[in-house]
Amino acid sequence: MEFVAIKSLVFYAFALFTIASAILVVTVRNIVHAAFSLMIMLFGVAGLYVFLQADFLAATQVIVYVGGVLVLILFGVMMTSGRLDMRIQIERGQFVLGGLVAALILLLLLSVISNTPQWKGIEDDGVILEPTTHHIGEMIMKGEFLLPFEVISILLLVALIGAAMVSRQEVRGEE
Amino acid sequence: MTLQHYLVISSILFSLGIFAVLTRRNAISILMGIELILNSCNLNFAAFSRFVTPPDDINGQIISIFGIVLAAAEAAVFLAIILSIYREFGTIQPDRTDTLKG
Repeated sequence: MEFVAIKSLVFYAFALFTIASAILVVTVRNIVHAAFSLMIMLFGVAGLYVFLQADFLAATQVIVYVGGVLVLILFGVMMTSGRLDMRIQIERGQFVLGGLVAALILLLLLSVISNTPQWKGIEDDGVILEPTTHHIGEMIMKGEFLLPFEVISILLLVALIGAAMVSRQEVRGEE
Repeated sequence: MTLQHYLVISSILFSLGIFAVLTRRNAISILMGIELILNSCNLNFAAFSRFVTPPDDINGQIISIFGIVLAAAEAAVFLAIILSIYREFGTIQPDRTDTLKG
């Protein structure tokens, strides 16, 4: 009983963290602050993955997002903002209209979630699963996900070469 | 913790991401909004894989991992394009790069 109470407390703390820092990401004016709020939000999502017993997924989230994507974003900020101030401009009309659209989408999603009978009241059964890493490795390397895995590795290669091509400086006098 | 808790969290993240994409006038902030949307999608996959399918079926988690990889590739290409736009125009405000505007 005690354990369940502590567990749900921690869950709500993670959920609150995630949502609050996501709100900061979309409202804060300074882009570096927004990037660091994004980091907290990514950690919060990793915590939610742990609650879903997706241990490998949580580790991947921290390694790839916090270690990779966030560093890329910070580099992008520093290479494009220069000595100018790093404030993000927002137009009032756009702000109101965008808020309206986002609120409508949220309302639609919430009504679908609360009105779908198959999704109602599915409790966490409390079963502790085995670590998923072994299972995931087998499914990717010799199971049904072998072909998608190879395709995605080619896609990564193409994306890296393309990124290097697009962002390189034009060399003068090159024929 | 029910399935609906996770769905509500991810729908909030999704609409915040839409809000960021619609209102921010800085390409990198738009990228952050897209990351929010992708995260909400991955969270949904993991939640459905935990609650709806049998316990030892973790296909949803693998789809989430593929989603993370795609997000990383997308961020790399996005930032490369932003860098070359910055070199060309001196700004990364999406409404200032209007050379192709008719």
